[in-house]
Amino acid sequence: MYISHDVRLTAVALFFCILNFAFCIQAQPVLRWGGDAEGGAPFVEADPSNPSVVRGFDVEVAEQMAKGLGRKAQFVQVAFASIDQSVARGDFDIGMSGVEDTPPRRAMLSTTIPYYEFHEVLTVRREDASRFPDFSKLRGRKVGTLSATIAYERLLRAERENGIVVVSYDDDVHPYEDLREGRLDAVLLDNIIAARSVRRVPGLTILPTNFQTGHYIGVLAKENTALRDRINDILRARMRDGTLERIYRKWNIWSDDEAAFIQSSLDGAAAAPPRAGEGAGATQKQQASKFALIARYIPSLLEASVITIALSCASMVLAIFIGILIASGRVYASGFSRVILTAYVEIVRGTPVLLQLFVLYYGLSSVIRLPAFLAALLGLGLNYAAYESEIYRGALEAVPRGQLEAARTLGLTEMQVFSLVRGPQAFRLALAPMTNDFVALLKDSSLVSVITVVELTKQTQIFATNIGSWVVPGLLCAALYLILSLPLARLAGYLETKWRSDSE
Amino acid sequence: MIVNVNDLRLSRGRREILRGVSFAADRGELVALMGLSGGGKTTILRTIAALEPFDKGTVDVGGVVLRPGANARQTIRDLRKQVGMVFQLHYLFDHLTALDNVTLAPTRVAHVARTDAESRAMTLLDSLGVAHRRNAYPRELSGGEAQRVAIARSMAMDPPVLMLDEPTASLDPARRYELGETLVKLTKDGRTLLVTTHDDDFAREFATRVIILAEGEIVEHGDPKEVLTNPQNPATKALLQK
Repeated sequence: MYISHDVRLTAVALFFCILNFAFCIQAQPVLRWGGDAEGGAPFVEADPSNPSVVRGFDVEVAEQMAKGLGRKAQFVQVAFASIDQSVARGDFDIGMSGVEDTPPRRAMLSTTIPYYEFHEVLTVRREDASRFPDFSKLRGRKVGTLSATIAYERLLRAERENGIVVVSYDDDVHPYEDLREGRLDAVLLDNIIAARSVRRVPGLTILPTNFQTGHYIGVLAKENTALRDRINDILRARMRDGTLERIYRKWNIWSDDEAAFIQSSLDGAAAAPPRAGEGAGATQKQQASKFALIARYIPSLLEASVITIALSCASMVLAIFIGILIASGRVYASGFSRVILTAYVEIVRGTPVLLQLFVLYYGLSSVIRLPAFLAALLGLGLNYAAYESEIYRGALEAVPRGQLEAARTLGLTEMQVFSLVRGPQAFRLALAPMTNDFVALLKDSSLVSVITVVELTKQTQIFATNIGSWVVPGLLCAALYLILSLPLARLAGYLETKWRSDSE
Repeated sequence: MIVNVNDLRLSRGRREILRGVSFAADRGELVALMGLSGGGKTTILRTIAALEPFDKGTVDVGGVVLRPGANARQTIRDLRKQVGMVFQLHYLFDHLTALDNVTLAPTRVAHVARTDAESRAMTLLDSLGVAHRRNAYPRELSGGEAQRVAIARSMAMDPPVLMLDEPTASLDPARRYELGETLVKLTKDGRTLLVTTHDDDFAREFATRVIILAEGEIVEHGDPKEVLTNPQNPATKALLQK
């Protein structure tokens, strides 16, 4: 009896505890807003004095929204490229760190009114300021930007019209560093990113021309229009009472243009998004333009898959060649060289290939400035060489000793034993796992987008951002990878069964 | 004497495998090495083939002398022109056809033209009764066929001395007799054969001499009919107990 009484007491206590907890949450409602702190100041950055806290003008705008809603702002870290998808699936209420106003976003999500106006500006090395006043003088030269942005779309247009070479980045810091290093001749990005970057990277200057005007907005899930409308009211109120101006002045991003923008917003002139695709309009027209947009991206997807296959093949050839050298070295050499080769294999296998690519491309850039494709090829090739060498080493050691002795008694030299007997037999053992590795390499090649190589996955991401959906690009991308890898997987399976039945 | 083995000693760790083995073999002889398992028969063949370094003594085949420890590459190269070896498990090269197994050494080591090497290989395979299997891979051959291809492969380099490790082990009696006749044929042009075997009938029938080994020493040797009919040593007696 005592025990069951105790249990009942505990249960009651627990119930109240939970109730109390739930009540607490109820009492302090939050506005969960998503942004990417990697974007840095003045948007969102980790506070240097307390890295668990974020600060920036986007942070303060979000706080104003929360305050107006009677809630507490709560920051959710999300990768910049995933903000749209993340808010759509309900990870947070609103996404807003330098999110651009584009037709696909307006179509796919609920978007707030623009709260900040920016300009796409060109940054060049100071000595080039007079040489490259605009795109026409940049023919055949490399211009970098953040992929899947308005600036990127603008550069693609310049590529068609002026023959520049577009280089896409996954972040907005490395383009400016590469500009200083001479890997690029110009960078096109939002004026506040450019202003921040020329403060950080010496020797650069921003050209005065505005190539395109854009706006930052907040994005909410499609069905979340009620909250969006309340937030719009709050934004207008904060524009009217000068709160936004105070925030922008504090973060040093206030200008006469901004004053005009706020005035026109209050006058009711809803800023139209720039025409990234072929513009918004009637639903039918939108539908048609969507198909046109998809059709427009198919050639670039095919082109990107050529990059993927070329890069994979070249890397695999390199990996096989170096893998054979490492494996034979580890099997035949002794002492010091064996230790070196073993260390190479362990280090390469034990560290992420992403890190190796970064080190090769950015880390070594002060010593040797590798072109992006070459760095990608070397990175993947040297990485896979470590895995290949282990396959070959295992295969070489699996060839029965008797086979080698039989070859020796016939008078073959050690080199001939290797090239005529051990090598060919090991190759048969290695062929199936090698084919599997090649399929893996094909997919790992998507990592090289971090060093500006636009391959299939990256192109798909750009595609998806521009049409505002992952469904069609995702399916197309998957189909292309399967077309490339399925024959190889079949080949691996075939070889496996063939060699297995052979050895029986 | 084409083969001269003198006071051969070999230890692995604390175990003495060969404790002072001496024997010689003349041209055209078929010498049977017999003894219980672990007696050192196979090790003797492996040391003569320079697959196994030894601790003491000398091995002299056709004037090429192996000494204890590592021998010069050139010495080993010269020796292998003198000695061929057929392994118990044949060790045919899995990735090559029967014909290519036989022509590999002539084309790659002796640099004989491929057509010449092939016609000679076909003559050999034919004389051993496996010419029709020339395009078969080792995995497709029966044990007896594989053995005959392995003999052809060693014969292709035409060594004056041919060693066979337990060639009778996996053959039925009829096949053993056939093999014996084949081996005797090989001695007719002056070739010396060293054959390890457990089969005393085979030795009695085909060997010109028998050497009985026990625990790394020669305990008895001589005419096979005499030694095997009237054994003196307990090791020989044990060997003949069936």
